[in-house]
Amino acid sequence: MTAQAKRRNLLLDGLAQIGDAGLFLPTLLAAVPRSLRYFRETVRQLWFVGAMSLIIIMTCGLFVGMVLALQLYHVLEIFGGTASTGTVVALSVYRELGPVVTALLFAGRAGTSITAEIGLMRATDQLSAMEMMAVDPVAYVATPRFIAGIIAMPLLCCVFSAMAIFGGHLVGVTWLGIDNGTFWSNMTSNVDVWKDVIDGVIWKGLAFGTVVTLISVHQGYTTPPTSEGVAYATTRTVVASSIAILAIDFVLTAFMM
Amino acid sequence: MTQRRSYAVGTGLFIVLGFAALAYLATQTTSLVNMSQGDSYTLKARFTNIGQLKDRAPVKLAGVRIGSVQSIQLEPAKLDALVTLSIDKRFNQIPEDSSASVLTSGLLGDQYIGIQPGGSPDSFKNGDEVILTQSAVQLEDLIGKFLVNGSPSDKDKDKTKQ
Repeated sequence: MTAQAKRRNLLLDGLAQIGDAGLFLPTLLAAVPRSLRYFRETVRQLWFVGAMSLIIIMTCGLFVGMVLALQLYHVLEIFGGTASTGTVVALSVYRELGPVVTALLFAGRAGTSITAEIGLMRATDQLSAMEMMAVDPVAYVATPRFIAGIIAMPLLCCVFSAMAIFGGHLVGVTWLGIDNGTFWSNMTSNVDVWKDVIDGVIWKGLAFGTVVTLISVHQGYTTPPTSEGVAYATTRTVVASSIAILAIDFVLTAFMM
Repeated sequence: MTQRRSYAVGTGLFIVLGFAALAYLATQTTSLVNMSQGDSYTLKARFTNIGQLKDRAPVKLAGVRIGSVQSIQLEPAKLDALVTLSIDKRFNQIPEDSSASVLTSGLLGDQYIGIQPGGSPDSFKNGDEVILTQSAVQLEDLIGKFLVNGSPSDKDKDKTKQ
């Protein structure tokens, strides 16, 4: 095979993956009513992808807020505008950093484990065994994880943003000595509930949650049934999720502006 | 069974924490407090120039926020800006000869509508128009005038030198 043909194959493979994932979405959604029977399983997945991700999300949120306040304080000091440190921390976290960093962490923490788990089920023929026992594997394995991811992401974004504000306050007020009242009043007068908190944290969180869990469930479900296949699928989940998150973030921001 | 229950408890805690964080973000770090308006009545005011005034800009009396700008339209017949103000029902005793002006918070800050109370015993009703208005002061115009004319004190100094 010539190098050019190989490159074209790579491109076609990528397009085929996107198309395949798009076709998998209706299958997942169609299985939602059937998966309500396995409500317990959805709760267990929500515990796994959501509650278990809390520690990493909270730690990262705290440090993102702290480093933002530290950097901004020293730049804003040049213009004598340190009072608006809180505003800039809040706006940048709500609009961009909160949803994007949470989604990247979520893809690394929860997306990979979803892919690896479903992929190993595929590799060890557990999914075929379920079909033999008349248990629909899409409704029992794929959809509960998908629903759990969509519910968990916006909530994780909220926790991340709250921790980032706390971290910004810690560095800005406690350490660098911005006045406490100035910090909060500047923030509250410049941050809008609908345009910043709901549009940024909630809608972006929902969109990223849908995309990341769709990619990871699809990659797991279509894993080649070998140990190498599981490894590739897990890697592809992280790569594809990261690209999708950043690309969709740009499109969403352009629409919301 | 006990393991299942611990999942449910952990998940419940996670959901409660998530919504608590959302409530915190929405109430403590945003202008939700300023936006929650109870009953209000509207006033109209015409300006020849509103400067950078935007929708939802605050309306202040004696520096206290009493309402917000509801809409800004161009009146085609008179070629001036018709600004609709939404004032909180609690402040229904504003004298009807009060004047409205477009002011700037700080030197380069956002613009808002300031109400200077008059002395009339009658007060504004819903839909009334504020007759006495003062347009926005354009900083560029001020700078332009200053550059062209110079300040009077400069001229005096020049004379004394001569």
